[in-house]
Amino acid sequence: MKENKKIFIYGGIIGLIGAILMKLGNPGNMGICVACFYRDIAGALGLHRAEVVQYIRPEIIGFIFGGVLAAILGGEFKSRGGSSPIIRFVLAIFLMFGALVFLGCPLRMILRLANGDLNAIFGLLGYLLGIYIGIHFLKKGYSLGQSTKQTKVSSYIIPTFSILLLLLLLIKPSFIFFSTEGPGSMKAPVLIALSLGLISGFILQRSRICTAGGFRDAILIKDYHFLWGILGIFIFNLIGNLVLNFDSFQISFANQPVAHTNHLWNFLGMVLTGICSILLGGCPLRQTILASEGDSDAGITILGLIVGAAFAHNFQIASSPEGVTPNGKLAVIIGLIVVILIGNSVVKNVLKERRKKEEVM
Amino acid sequence: MAKTIDARGRSCPEPVIMTKNALDESPEESFDILVDVEVAVENVTRFAKNSGYKVDVEEDKSYFILHIQK
Repeated sequence: MKENKKIFIYGGIIGLIGAILMKLGNPGNMGICVACFYRDIAGALGLHRAEVVQYIRPEIIGFIFGGVLAAILGGEFKSRGGSSPIIRFVLAIFLMFGALVFLGCPLRMILRLANGDLNAIFGLLGYLLGIYIGIHFLKKGYSLGQSTKQTKVSSYIIPTFSILLLLLLLIKPSFIFFSTEGPGSMKAPVLIALSLGLISGFILQRSRICTAGGFRDAILIKDYHFLWGILGIFIFNLIGNLVLNFDSFQISFANQPVAHTNHLWNFLGMVLTGICSILLGGCPLRQTILASEGDSDAGITILGLIVGAAFAHNFQIASSPEGVTPNGKLAVIIGLIVVILIGNSVVKNVLKERRKKEEVM
Repeated sequence: MAKTIDARGRSCPEPVIMTKNALDESPEESFDILVDVEVAVENVTRFAKNSGYKVDVEEDKSYFILHIQK
């Protein structure tokens, strides 16, 4: 019980930080959005040219700094990796497609709900179905295989990447793109965003909060520990919004910031994101923290998210407040087929290996 | 003699599922679960305790051994 209270409060701090960052300038219901922020970073680096979503989000840099710091202090910074990196890369790309058709990662889905955006209910239902499908694979033996100890330098790559991002953000060289209008131009002051990101990263590393893990464990093993964390995010973000962002608090489907009202594709987009999160062993938020702990499989996943975001905008897959695009629908359908095929193939392989082992014994 | 299950290097939540499968199959038996990250120690311990088992954590050089018994 004591542990549940602790994670509820940890989640609550993340929820409050979400409300504060929105108050201080981040886009509507987007105090924190891991998918959107990687998408903005992809744009700033010129990997896509959607002019309204290009910015090096200091929150992501902060998450990684905070995660590294907490992992080092806790003796958990370990170089590890080598568990099916290319499958993780592909899953991350499709995870991002689903999230950008819905318009938000699972964390933003919770924040959207907490500011009255009812469209996120369909996202949540889709996410739950995706998690349920992912659990089906886990129960059958799905595994991307063991990760092993890696050479020290691989654990430094993502932290170094985040330092480089910070330098680019501060120096602003001409080859880096910064939106002058649209969501990419809406931002909390750099130093505050960086600091609150760092605090979040630290808390997320300590608490292991994962939006996929919370629902997964509740369904799979009836363990509600992480769900308390998610509940904390929701409740404290709601309270934070009522106090700080009351002007924008509106319970409705229509006229929600950076959102569309196509229920079917909000639902299906998050089904895809849900399956991918389970097959990857964690949501984008959790992957970011794992990557900062020296897990290079999670590092590859982050790079997949960035590439996925670039594809999503280059190929007109990402939705906009005007709605879902034909390419977005197609990408979600292809994504669902591909990730289910991947899941099936991995399970088949695991069962085959197991039979071989039993024959030897 | 406890049976050993090597869950090192496994993504979340595989160590928990491996433990669950083992305990479902032989509820009275003792198990040593090997894991190599702190989060797996916490998750497996929480799961086993919630299922009514006793857990002792032993730290080796680069990994942990979770002794699980009724």
